[in-house]
Amino acid sequence: MTEKLRHTPLHDAHVRAGAKLVEFAGWRMPVQYSGLIEEHRAVRAAAGLFDVSHMGEVRVAGEGAEAFLQRMTPNDVAKLRPGRAHYSALLTAEGTYVDDLLVYNLGDGEYLLVVNAANAAADYRWLAEHAGSAAGVEVEDVSDEYALLALQGPSAPQVLRGLTDVALAEVKRYGFARGRVDGAEAIVSRTGYTGEDGFEIYAAPRDAEGIWEALLEAGRPAGLVPAGLGARDTLRLEAAMALYGHEIDRTTTPFEAGLDWTVKLEKGDFVGREALVARREAGLERRLVGFEVTGRGIARHDHEVVADGEAVGRVTSGTWSPTFEKALGMAYVPVALAATGTRLEIRWKQRSLEARVVDLPFYRKG
Amino acid sequence: MYPKNYLYTKEHEWARVEEDVCVLGITHFAQDELGEVVFVELPEVGQSFEANDEIGTIESVKAVAEVFTPVSGEVIEVNGALSDDPERVNRDPHGEGWLVKMKIRQAGELEDLMSAEEYESFAAGSG
Repeated sequence: MTEKLRHTPLHDAHVRAGAKLVEFAGWRMPVQYSGLIEEHRAVRAAAGLFDVSHMGEVRVAGEGAEAFLQRMTPNDVAKLRPGRAHYSALLTAEGTYVDDLLVYNLGDGEYLLVVNAANAAADYRWLAEHAGSAAGVEVEDVSDEYALLALQGPSAPQVLRGLTDVALAEVKRYGFARGRVDGAEAIVSRTGYTGEDGFEIYAAPRDAEGIWEALLEAGRPAGLVPAGLGARDTLRLEAAMALYGHEIDRTTTPFEAGLDWTVKLEKGDFVGREALVARREAGLERRLVGFEVTGRGIARHDHEVVADGEAVGRVTSGTWSPTFEKALGMAYVPVALAATGTRLEIRWKQRSLEARVVDLPFYRKG
Repeated sequence: MYPKNYLYTKEHEWARVEEDVCVLGITHFAQDELGEVVFVELPEVGQSFEANDEIGTIESVKAVAEVFTPVSGEVIEVNGALSDDPERVNRDPHGEGWLVKMKIRQAGELEDLMSAEEYESFAAGSG
């Protein structure tokens, strides 16, 4: 490999903790520490701490910022109050995904878009090109200004409480507040990618290591462990949260992906709207479904879904689930095969696996 | 780390020869790369394979690894304990985590395999 991998501000802490580091989207990232299954279960039962500083951040500000984001994203930015975030997307004119993202309304016409690491540079260019010479809109890639830590799991509030001046009880799901964590300035957001309660903490890179160590120390009695991208993937899959490059990409629309709720057709025009209206009228040809493998084995990304010997769909994500102790996955299938209980055949190379369509999400917190 | 009396392949498998029988498994390096093993699929006793044939798969949460046999021959025993306790492959890859025993047909095929010392530097370069 000739490309130099980027390091997060927590890289040295991961090395000291004995993490297994792998290449991910141009970054050297921890895939696991003690073991994927143990980390996954710690997040479901207590709490896990993830370094997701590779995520990209784009600042959009100015008096034209709201109108610009209304045009660039399908969710309704006019309804997003200061102190709130929502899940949305950047869509192509065809209504397919450039990326999925979170939009934070920081107040005073300032917004923070949090995007996937692999797409961060392209997203910034996409936004900057569309902003062009539009009056009153500034678009800035501020990825280097933020480290991002995700503290996830039912014990997350208890762990964070002693280290922050933010009144956590007042920060509701998809809300956020500015304050201090371990004495350092931070944005504390009640969001995550695991299906659990928890927080995402945006801080300056120079403060990241102090916050990381302080959280791990404070959380140890409660069962907090550092958790890697491996557990992050199995957790999000159980919660049926989409991953760019898997469930969503430039060939899939929010309707097919079951993300209709992020698309507000009635809010006015936005990039991709016309195509989505046409697709809605034409009806869906395929849909994202969840399945469990009923045979022995694990279905994986890009395995084919087969009906009457023909490839009719594709597995987007698949894994062995540490919570349910069986193989689960998601796949695009023709709508005729999308009903709960439908038997699916999954094939790769010469192998074949039996699966059954089940309701999503697999996991919903109790 | 790597037993001196074993032979090793570039697929990160080991072979231990006991007269005309060859016991096969995956190496510590391979199990560490895979992570926690959750399924092991092995051939049937009595099946015959040529050298370099795929004889099974090992699945961890995040990846799948194919298992190849470095020798031609017939499967005379498989490690049945792995169906209930696949993590044996992680805990003791060079011992209780063995996969299959093959009756060796052509001993000459073993000459291409690596010694422990050779494998150790090979694995170090694969990380």
